[in-house]
Amino acid sequence: MKSILLNRLMQAVMVAWGVGTLTFIFMRTLPGDMAYRIAAGRYGQDNVTAEAAELVRQELNLDVSPWLAYLNWLWDLVQLNFGTSLISGAPVIHEVQHQLGHSLGLAFVAILLSAIIAFPLGVLSGMRVGGLFDRCLLIISALLRAQPVFVIGLLLILLFAVNWRIFPVAGFGTPAHIVLPALALALVLASVSSRVIRDSTHRVIHSSFYTFARVKGLSASQTFARHGLRNLSVPVVAFMGIQLVGLIEGIVMVESLFSWPGIGHGLAHAIFSRDVPMIQGTALMMGLIFVCLNTVIDIACYQLDPRGRLQ
Amino acid sequence: MKTQRFFLKSCLALLLSGVVCVSTQTFAQGPTKANTLSIGGPFEFTSQDPSQQGYLFTRMQVAETLVDVAPDGRLLPGLAEAWQVDDTGLIWQFALREGVAFHDGHLLDAHAVLNSIEQALNKHGPLAQVPIASLAVLSDQTLQITLEQPYTLLPAVLAHYSTVIISPKTYNPEGQVDQLHATGPYQIETIQPPHKLLVKRFDGYWGQAASIEYAEYLTGHRGESRTLQARSGQADITLTLDPASMNSLKRERYLNLHSDLIPRSILIKLNNGHPFLDHIDARQALSLALDRTGIANAILRVPGSEANQLVPSSLAAWHRQDLPPAVRDLQRAKALLAELGWQAGADGVLVREGERFSLKLITYADRPELTTVATAIQAQLAELGVEVNVEVTNSSAIPSGHQDGSLEMALIARNYGFIADPLGVMIADFGQLGGGDWGAMNWQHPEVVELISELKVEQDADAYFQKSQRVAEVLAQELPLIPVTFYTQQTAVNTRVKHFRFDPFERNYYLNEMELSK
Repeated sequence: MKSILLNRLMQAVMVAWGVGTLTFIFMRTLPGDMAYRIAAGRYGQDNVTAEAAELVRQELNLDVSPWLAYLNWLWDLVQLNFGTSLISGAPVIHEVQHQLGHSLGLAFVAILLSAIIAFPLGVLSGMRVGGLFDRCLLIISALLRAQPVFVIGLLLILLFAVNWRIFPVAGFGTPAHIVLPALALALVLASVSSRVIRDSTHRVIHSSFYTFARVKGLSASQTFARHGLRNLSVPVVAFMGIQLVGLIEGIVMVESLFSWPGIGHGLAHAIFSRDVPMIQGTALMMGLIFVCLNTVIDIACYQLDPRGRLQ
Repeated sequence: MKTQRFFLKSCLALLLSGVVCVSTQTFAQGPTKANTLSIGGPFEFTSQDPSQQGYLFTRMQVAETLVDVAPDGRLLPGLAEAWQVDDTGLIWQFALREGVAFHDGHLLDAHAVLNSIEQALNKHGPLAQVPIASLAVLSDQTLQITLEQPYTLLPAVLAHYSTVIISPKTYNPEGQVDQLHATGPYQIETIQPPHKLLVKRFDGYWGQAASIEYAEYLTGHRGESRTLQARSGQADITLTLDPASMNSLKRERYLNLHSDLIPRSILIKLNNGHPFLDHIDARQALSLALDRTGIANAILRVPGSEANQLVPSSLAAWHRQDLPPAVRDLQRAKALLAELGWQAGADGVLVREGERFSLKLITYADRPELTTVATAIQAQLAELGVEVNVEVTNSSAIPSGHQDGSLEMALIARNYGFIADPLGVMIADFGQLGGGDWGAMNWQHPEVVELISELKVEQDADAYFQKSQRVAEVLAQELPLIPVTFYTQQTAVNTRVKHFRFDPFERNYYLNEMELSK
C-alpha cells in the first residue's frame, strides 16, 4: 500500500510539471497574437481593437521573454500559486474549484447511473452467453458506442425535454438539470462496461472455484454473492478507471451542449481566448485528478483481490 | 474479513456522502417557473466589469447609463435628467435625477457618477477616445465635463454600456468590480459565470417598477441548444436564433417569432492596398458578382435584407435612400476585371502577369451564419474566376491582420449601433487615412476623413445630415468595404410573456415592462 501511494505521489509531481510545461509550449507556439486573443475574450467581438490589445499587452506584460515567463510560472507552481485568469481577473484556483465542483458532480452521477445500468445487464448477459438477451445487448451496446456523445445528448433532449417536457434542455441549479447530461454520459460508459461485466461474469461462473462452491452445497445465490461478485468486480473496477479518461473527453462536449459550467467547457473556452494560466491550471488539475483516480482504483483492487497484496 | 467489511462500509459511506454533497451543493433551490422570466442568449460572460461585459447588465436592467437611447436612435434622459453644452462646445453639464438609489442603499449623486466615469476612463471603451480635460462636481446633482476640443458625440458615448453608473462601494481598492451594485429595476441575485445570471426585482427603483420578480439569463452556446430551449418552453425569450431553425419554430403555437432589423451589417472588409484590390473596378466587380438575394433568401431566410450600402435604413442620417438595389451582374463583373488585364486561366481562375486571382477570406464563428455566408461567397466569386480560400478563425484575427497588413479579405458583422450615434463607429472605421481595425484598410480618401472630422464638432442638424449623406455616398461608390446583407435579429418569445419589445440597439431587454400570464 505504501509503495502504491509513494509511486503515485511521484507521478503527481511529474504530471504537474509535464502538463504545465507542455501547455505552456503549445500555447506559445499557436499562431495569432496572444494580446488580441485575450482582448477578444475580455471585451467581445464588437470591441476588440488594436488599443484593447495594447492595453492587454501592457497590463499583462506579454512582451516578456518566453523563458522568463516559464520560470515565473514554475516558481509560482512551486509555491502552489496558479495565478489569475487573464480574461476574468479571478484567481485560477477559484475558477477551477467552481468548474471542478460541477464536473465532478456530473461525473459522479454519470458513473453511478452507468453502474446501475451496466451491472444488472452485464451480469444477466454473462449468465447466458449467446442467448437472445446477450445478442440484443450486444447490438444496443455497439450502436450506443458508435455514436458521438453529443448525438446521444441531442436525442435525449428531443425525447425527454422537447417531446415529453420532463427535464430541462440545458442549464444547472436543480436536480432535474443533471439528469440528461449524466444519462448521455452514462449510456456511453455503460455500453462498454456492460460488455466487460458480461465477460467477467462468464469467466467467473465457468471457473473451477465457482463449480467447487456449488458442489460443496452452496445455493446459486450464495455462490454468486460469496464467490462470484467479488471475483468479477476486479477487472470491472480496473476498467472503470480507464473509462474515466474517456469520461473527461466526453464531458467537454456534453458540458457545451447542456450549458454545464464544468472544467471541460472552461478549458475549451480558455484555449480559444488564450487564457494561459487558466489552461495550465485546468490541465494540471485534470492531470492530478487522473493520478488520484488511478490511486483510488489501485487501492480498491488491492482491497478486493488478496492476490495483489502478495505481489 | 473485518478489514474487508470495513472497506466495503467505507465505500458505501463515501457513496452516500457524495450523493448528499452533490445534492446540497449543486442543486440549490431557486426561484420558480411561475415567477421567473427565462432568457436564452449566445454570449458567455466572465466578469462584472462594465468595460468587459457591461452590455449584459444593461440588457438585464441591472445597470443604467446617464443617457438612454430610444429604439429609433434618439438620445433620451437616463440617470441624467437633462444636459447642456456651452457655446464653445467644450463645457457640458449633466443634471442628475433625484431620488435614485443604488442596490446597496447608497444614493446617486454627482460624486458617485464622477467615480464611475473616472473608472471607465481608465479602462478600454469609447470614453477613452473622448478628449476629456477634466471632471468636476458642481453640486450634489450636477456634474461638469470639460473637453479639450468640441466633441458632439459625448452624450451618445455616455449611453454606452461601459459607462454605466455604479455604486462607489462596488469597486475594491485595486479598481476591480467585486459585486456590482447599480441603479436598475433588477439587482443581481446570483451570478455564475460564464453561463447564468439571476436577477431579482429591486423594490427601490426610481422608475417603472418591474412586475416579474426574477429574471434569468442562461447562455446557450450552441444555436441548436437555444432552439431546443425555445421549443421545450424552458426559455421564455430566446435570442439570436439560427435562421435555419425558424421554420420549425413557426409551427409551435406557443411561440411568437420576431424578426427585427438591427443596425448591424454583414460586410466584406478588403485590403484596398492589395495589388488585386487597389482599383475601384476590381472591388466593383467583386460586389457585382455577389448574389445577395440568394444569401438573404436561402441562408439568412430574411428576404429583402440585401445590402446596397454599409449602414441600414434605421440609421437614417447615414443611409442613402436614393441608391439602387445591389443586383448581381456577372457579365459586367467579368468585363470590369478583363479591362484590368485579368484573363481566365486553364482551371477557370483568372490570371494576370502569371499571378492567379486567389485571396484568403477570414471570418469567425461567434455569429453562426458568417461561416455559411463565407462559403456562399466563395462559390459565387468562383463563378467570376476568383479563387477564395475561406479560413474560420477568432474575431481578433481581423484587427490583428489589419494592423500587421496580412489581411486580404474578411467577412464581418459590423455593429453601427455600438455607440448610439453611428458617427462613433465611422470615426473608428474611416476617420483617418488608411482606415480602422474593423473599417477600411489601406484606403485613402481625404474628403471622407475631413467630413468625419467636421462632423465631430457639427451642432447643426441639417449640416450634419448633409455631411453624413455625402460620406455614405462616397462609401457606396468607392466600396472600401463591400456590403452583403443587413442584419436581422431572430427572437422567439413564449406566449406567456406579455408586452415584449425588442431594442434594436441591444441595450435593454425592457424586463420591467413585461408580465407573465398565469
